[in-house]
Amino acid sequence: MRLYVPLGITFIAGIIMILEFFVPHDPFPTLGGHVKDWYTIVASSAIFLGILNLLRVHLKKINLRSRNWQYSPVTIIGFLGMFGTGVAFGFTEGPFFFMFNEFVVPMGATMFSLLAFFVASAAFRAFRASNWRASLLLASAFLVMLGRVPIGDLIWRLIPGAAESAHPNLVTEIGEWIMRVPNMGGQRAILIGAAMGVVATSLRMIFGIERSYLGGTD
Amino acid sequence: MSWEMVGIWGGALLTLCLYSFLYRDNPFYKFAEHLFVGMSAGYWAIYTIFNVLKPNWWDKLVGAGDADPQLIMIIPGLLAVLMLMRVVSKLATYSRLPLALIVGAGAGLQLVSFFQTNGLKQVENTVIPLVGSGVGPTIDNLLIVTAVVCGLVYFFFSKAHRGITGGMANVGITMLMVAFGASFGYTVMARISLLIGQAQFLLFEWVPTIPRILGL
Amino acid sequence: MADFWKRLGEIDRRIIFVLIALAVLVPLALKLAFPIPVGKGPSKDFFDSVDSLPPESVVLMSFDYDPSTKPELHPMAIAIVQHLMSTDVNLVAMALWPQGASLAQEILVEISDSLGREQYHDWVNLGYKTGGLVLIARLGSSMKAAFPTDLSETPYGQIPMLDGIQRLCDFDMIITLSAGDPGIPHWVMVASDQLGVPVGGGCTAVSAPQFYPYLQRRVGERPQMEGLLGGLRGAADYEALLRRKYAQAPPGTAIAGMAAQSVAHLVIMVFIVLGNLSYLALRKRKEGQR
Repeated sequence: MRLYVPLGITFIAGIIMILEFFVPHDPFPTLGGHVKDWYTIVASSAIFLGILNLLRVHLKKINLRSRNWQYSPVTIIGFLGMFGTGVAFGFTEGPFFFMFNEFVVPMGATMFSLLAFFVASAAFRAFRASNWRASLLLASAFLVMLGRVPIGDLIWRLIPGAAESAHPNLVTEIGEWIMRVPNMGGQRAILIGAAMGVVATSLRMIFGIERSYLGGTD
Repeated sequence: MSWEMVGIWGGALLTLCLYSFLYRDNPFYKFAEHLFVGMSAGYWAIYTIFNVLKPNWWDKLVGAGDADPQLIMIIPGLLAVLMLMRVVSKLATYSRLPLALIVGAGAGLQLVSFFQTNGLKQVENTVIPLVGSGVGPTIDNLLIVTAVVCGLVYFFFSKAHRGITGGMANVGITMLMVAFGASFGYTVMARISLLIGQAQFLLFEWVPTIPRILGL
Repeated sequence: MADFWKRLGEIDRRIIFVLIALAVLVPLALKLAFPIPVGKGPSKDFFDSVDSLPPESVVLMSFDYDPSTKPELHPMAIAIVQHLMSTDVNLVAMALWPQGASLAQEILVEISDSLGREQYHDWVNLGYKTGGLVLIARLGSSMKAAFPTDLSETPYGQIPMLDGIQRLCDFDMIITLSAGDPGIPHWVMVASDQLGVPVGGGCTAVSAPQFYPYLQRRVGERPQMEGLLGGLRGAADYEALLRRKYAQAPPGTAIAGMAAQSVAHLVIMVFIVLGNLSYLALRKRKEGQR
């Protein structure tokens, strides 16, 4: 029961989706529609698992006075503040929308913009032309970095005759060529390889060979 | 102080709190980080309840407006409740049922979609005439086909990379290096762009308000 | 000299941080501006495909991003919405990422107010739904089943501009602004490859290289994607093309950011060169000692 019922549900749901693709006639589109509608609802409920866990972790930290517990009330107040204003005043305007736009948006953007500093530091310390392939990678990166900003062509045009040549935007053109030819070929090889992986994993899941998502093999 | 000013100053101060991490980890950073996590979770909860579950489940179940109640919606509702059983250790095993639906539907759809778009279509787009309309396009076509075929050989580990296979794998990894270089260049660009966005906010929205706040 | 290279290799990372901050702040503060040449390429292809939409076309625009990538994708979204609303194309907005729904609402309200466009007649924001690829597949068979109401809880059937829009096939084009998963690949899989609806859009620069295989054009066949705006440069390209065609289009933030982007790239390249010189000098010294 614990194993075969979930495996049966996985099999039936997976097969319905495949049959809907290959046999677009009733009952499969109707069944597929139901499965998709249910998927949206069930997947949505997963967010509450995350929220319950978040609150549980922070309440426990406060209770046990764990390291940095003083910040846990900030998380809980932040959550209750957004949730409370959303329930009380609606979420398309009013305080909820204001707090999202003025506080959540700048914090989210700033959090990820920190990476600009770390990518520069990491590039300085770790990006080494230690062999010819690494040098090729470095050259490709430089050409793309110059080709995607206007200053690349401005530097090129400092060379006498370059501005009047047939290719005044040569650096941009080289950057675009790298993207369009070698990059596309390499990415396509990765894409095809990964697609085969997805197909194999999906088949293993649908036929019950891959069971790790059930959290055990009993 | 107007609400607009509260927003700009609140956003700017929280931004500066987060940037203070660049010097070292500190209480200002930790405060903003924890606030961000809490507020984001609150946002997700509200949207999930009022923008997803209410219209797509509750309204259909009870038949909001002129619509008839759809009693079949009891099933996903029950599965959603079972999903939450994961936090109750004695009942956690029942959360496998909704998980099975999600995994099964996702796997079935991904199987056909990835195979068609990232598999078959990519192979189809690689089967191109090697000789193009001129020297440039011909070289491009040759390079694309070489990169795809040799790149795939490089990822094929069931045969030792020796002899012809090894040679092709070498060409493949060389082409992949060029692709990774391009990806690195784009990654740098992305990170700097994010910083530019926040710098524009601080310079052009927050800084001009400082004299007003100071009464200058 | 060897000590210099050693010290350089061990430089405090905070010095690098300060230089990166200056490389971005100084060009912005000085309002440096560089010309943006937009030649043939994915940005131009995308602009042309949007620009060639006839009036009264209906476009589905999916805001599949959140604040973490706002500086890259929001300028694109603003320019595209301005373009669509200036050319009398009807716009249906939605989001596969929850925070995308609010980011969309902000843009739509502001631009429609400035251009005198009317909600539910010229544009609507359907909001966010969970599901990614599964949701897109559901939209392929029924829009109303997935979006029974819009963001403001107005029933689908009561929105005049959605008359006749029953599934994805009824849209003239789908535009996705994608920060990751779910995003561009999933729209291409269902809308473009399975249903034959033209798909175009923009993405973060990090993910742009992996979408180039979708852009290949073959004679007599529709590409998997009509075009692509890659990162802030893609947004700047779109803004430049929009201003070239419609002189009254307001200036965007992406073009203003390209000078800072240029200088920051140069600074990072200098760092990489210095790091390598230090590495080579120290390696040479080690080999000499042996």
